[in-house]
Amino acid sequence: MPSRPEPRGEDRRASFQAGARAAIPYASVGALLSMSFGVLARDAGFPVAAVIVMSAVVFAGSAQFAAVAILAGGGSAGAAIAAAALMNSRFLPMGVALGPSLPGPPLLRAAQGQTVVDASWAMANRGDGTFDRWFLFGSTAPQYVTWMTGTTVGALGGNLLGDTSRFGFDAIYPMFFLALLIAEIKDRRTAAVAGAGALVALSLVEVAPAGLPVLAASLVALWGLRRQEPSR
Amino acid sequence: MTATIWWTIAGCTVVTALIKAFGPVVMGGRELPARVGGVIVLMAPALLAALVVSSALANGEHLHVGADTVGVAAGAAVLVLTRAGVLTSVLVAATLTAALRLLV
Repeated sequence: MPSRPEPRGEDRRASFQAGARAAIPYASVGALLSMSFGVLARDAGFPVAAVIVMSAVVFAGSAQFAAVAILAGGGSAGAAIAAAALMNSRFLPMGVALGPSLPGPPLLRAAQGQTVVDASWAMANRGDGTFDRWFLFGSTAPQYVTWMTGTTVGALGGNLLGDTSRFGFDAIYPMFFLALLIAEIKDRRTAAVAGAGALVALSLVEVAPAGLPVLAASLVALWGLRRQEPSR
Repeated sequence: MTATIWWTIAGCTVVTALIKAFGPVVMGGRELPARVGGVIVLMAPALLAALVVSSALANGEHLHVGADTVGVAAGAAVLVLTRAGVLTSVLVAATLTAALRLLV
């Protein structure tokens, strides 16, 4: 597939700004999620500094929740890291999909790949197999800011909030992903693939470690190898 | 405990960075055949649908249905049937979940 020419300066800025604007609702939701992460990590015995550093350098919600839950349950660092790795394993197929859209030498591409989070990846997808990388960077920026703000508030004010499941915060994650999913369902084909992905994940929940069911669901996308309708 | 916490953070940081770097390093700058583009397009619905069900219907490694499931269903209805955005529907889902927990 022919890759599009890299846009010039002003177009990059326009893409970045469009990404940032599009991400604002997701960034707001991210603030709530990271706040509950802050509270949870403090409850698990994390010092305030560790909570904030973890959000700053890991910046992957479901992996952070998984690692903290394992430590809180008395698990080892190795088990917590393995759980986080499994939760993040979905970034492998996401990165493979994104890779061809990233220019530059390998180290620079690796650095650009660090900006991938679920919402940015889904929204920067042009729908033709390519990604707008400046849109991706732009939409990750506000999400990083609110992720850090929420984490800090949760870590410092957690005692006031107490158990965040009282506020239904555990209903936030599915809604976050659902909003992204709805934007991706454009026709019968994408709807069928979504349904199949959901079934694969559900059928593996009880038998595979958390994170693996989601990774396995990405295999459903291989359906795309079947007859290719003329695009556009 | 504190040492364990810091080792965990260091490990998660390295592992996450490596996972996120893999695709861009290996696939970077390549021209993909059109059929592979068809797979990439379908990756988002497959992954996102899996994330929805595994966060809504599972609690760690077990299937689980509770107040949050009802809240998410209501939030989903708001999201699909009205033109409310993600933030509004998230608030509906969380509020209903909290209310159910308070009542039940």
